Amino acid sequence: MPRLGLDVDQYLRTQVLPTVWCPGCGNGNTVEGLATAFARMDVDPTQVVVVGGIGCSGRTPFYVKTNAMHTTHGRALAYATGLKMAQPKLTVVVTMGDGDALAIGGNHFIHAARRNIDLTVILYNNGIYGMTGGQEAPTTPLGSRTTTSLTGSIERTFDTVEIALAAGATYVARTTTFDMQEIPLRIEEAITHPGFAVVEVLSQCPTYYGRLNQIGDTTDMLVWERDRTEGLPVKMANRQELLGELKTGVFRNEKSVEFTKAYSDLCARVGGSYGLS
Amino acid sequence: MSPTPGANKQRLVMGNEAVALGAIAGGCDFFAGYPITPATEILEEMGKMLPARGGVFLQMEDELSAIAAVIGAAWGGAVAMTATSGPGFSLMQENLGYASITQTPCVIVDAQRGGPSTGLPTLASQGDVMQARFGSHGDRPTLVITASSVNDCYESTALAFRMARKHRLPVVLLIDAVVAHMREPVELPPPPPPQKASYPKIEEDTPRFGDVPFVPFGHGPVTVVTGLSHQANGLAETQRGVHTEQMMRTTIQNILSDPEIRRSWVSAYQLDDAEIAIAAYGITARSAREAVDVLREDGIKAGLLDLKVLWPFPNQILRETADKVSMIVVPELNLGQIVLPLKAAVEGRAEVHSLNLADGTLLTPEDIAEFSAKQRKSTKEAANA
Repeated sequence: MPRLGLDVDQYLRTQVLPTVWCPGCGNGNTVEGLATAFARMDVDPTQVVVVGGIGCSGRTPFYVKTNAMHTTHGRALAYATGLKMAQPKLTVVVTMGDGDALAIGGNHFIHAARRNIDLTVILYNNGIYGMTGGQEAPTTPLGSRTTTSLTGSIERTFDTVEIALAAGATYVARTTTFDMQEIPLRIEEAITHPGFAVVEVLSQCPTYYGRLNQIGDTTDMLVWERDRTEGLPVKMANRQELLGELKTGVFRNEKSVEFTKAYSDLCARVGGSYGLS
Repeated sequence: MSPTPGANKQRLVMGNEAVALGAIAGGCDFFAGYPITPATEILEEMGKMLPARGGVFLQMEDELSAIAAVIGAAWGGAVAMTATSGPGFSLMQENLGYASITQTPCVIVDAQRGGPSTGLPTLASQGDVMQARFGSHGDRPTLVITASSVNDCYESTALAFRMARKHRLPVVLLIDAVVAHMREPVELPPPPPPQKASYPKIEEDTPRFGDVPFVPFGHGPVTVVTGLSHQANGLAETQRGVHTEQMMRTTIQNILSDPEIRRSWVSAYQLDDAEIAIAAYGITARSAREAVDVLREDGIKAGLLDLKVLWPFPNQILRETADKVSMIVVPELNLGQIVLPLKAAVEGRAEVHSLNLADGTLLTPEDIAEFSAKQRKSTKEAANA
């Protein structure tokens, strides 16, 4: 039990709770996972910045009691890149939704991964635009109903892990809000990892995705989440057709030249001191 | 006569290079950009200078990320700048608003080129005057500085940094393809040694936003930054944006009363006894200055009001000028932009005539002189009729 003996609340900005999120939303599980990871690592909150984008997940920086930067839609990684380069000793965690990271912010996701800059991305993937009321996302499973695909999505689905791997991320993991105890472990690994790290958390949006696709309540969604991930049989054939199977676990964990380090070396070659010892 | 060796420290410098040198003089230690004509040399110069100074140079994946990285860097304690041209400046507008609402000091250079769209990449324009003021959605305090010479590029960039840091806002330096690419002999001081910006100490209950100094992350207790309307402590105010409105009003007042802005607002030439004032800025002010001489040779008392700071617009100075002259001529490389606030400021105290060109070429001194003489003549004829 990761929580045992940990003061997780010290990393939560309790005065702004409850969150804006709907009852049953998976985002709270992920935030608790993040706060738990911070508690496990005993981080100094003044030396951490949580950078968020826009959308449900983008609100995360308000709830985590570290430095916080709630930026513009899709651009969180670009803000975080500048921030990290300016003060490389800061721990920078970027929380983004699937639309935020892979639609409007897809280009920054690819290029931050390519640079292998020491940032940790926590990508909340609920397969839908929640904040605006349930529109189709690039991660919406094929055939799913959303308010902009009422007869079923015909667009092919992005796979975060495949993109992150192809773009050059050096730590890539996927977990789910069903696997609550795994979330802080993956986040801790990602933060500790010296390079660009991506933790995708498959998450439930019972309010929009669940209702529109008649999956049921939050518990049903969590069971569905469990069943669509590898190792467990998908119970309903039509759902398998609809959603496919996704693997969870750590897909890559390898060291490569990290960007602030490479930049520090570049400065040294031309006589400059970047300040990284 | 042969020049004495070492006596002349002048050298030929390009406008864009002077911008880069002015940025370094202004304390800049972070640059993020994306290649675009006619601003690319600023990117290249910063790429040459910053690593050797231990500063950060980043070529980003687009202009959206360039300005985002600049704002992020400012919150990391850097003194940060980006440079672009019209198409990139358009892409930056949303995050420019973010810099405004979060009171983030930074500098954005827009070397204007012919538009709209891809337009005339290598040719001059003054078509982004209104975009620099109103391009980002919502209201915001703005400070937009121009430059009409290579020396100006240096001085205006350094001024932009001083103002950005003092008043906590994104400052725009508006130049154009010709000023950016022209070379002039200038004597510039050597770059200062690298020095990290210092910030005041804050406590848990120190207000982070409003009329208070800028303090980045990592220099005290935790800080919350958001593009939502927010309170002095950084937490969102979603029911009524009173703090943000107050912040904007205060910043606007602070800029208007800044002695350096008041000193820099305009530069007058032959204006004391003028009957015609030519109000111009940027490269057009160079032509206008010569037009003044041409008109005076023909016995027409003309003078120049070189607008060095476009936004906030110098309303009072224009009103006072209008009281002394009979006519104000406003030449611009666009279809009529700064003439709009100028007319509003003048309120009919003098005739205002707009001379516009938007094909990428420049208004020559002769164009401006001829236009001014013609307007003067038709006004006299109308008066005599």
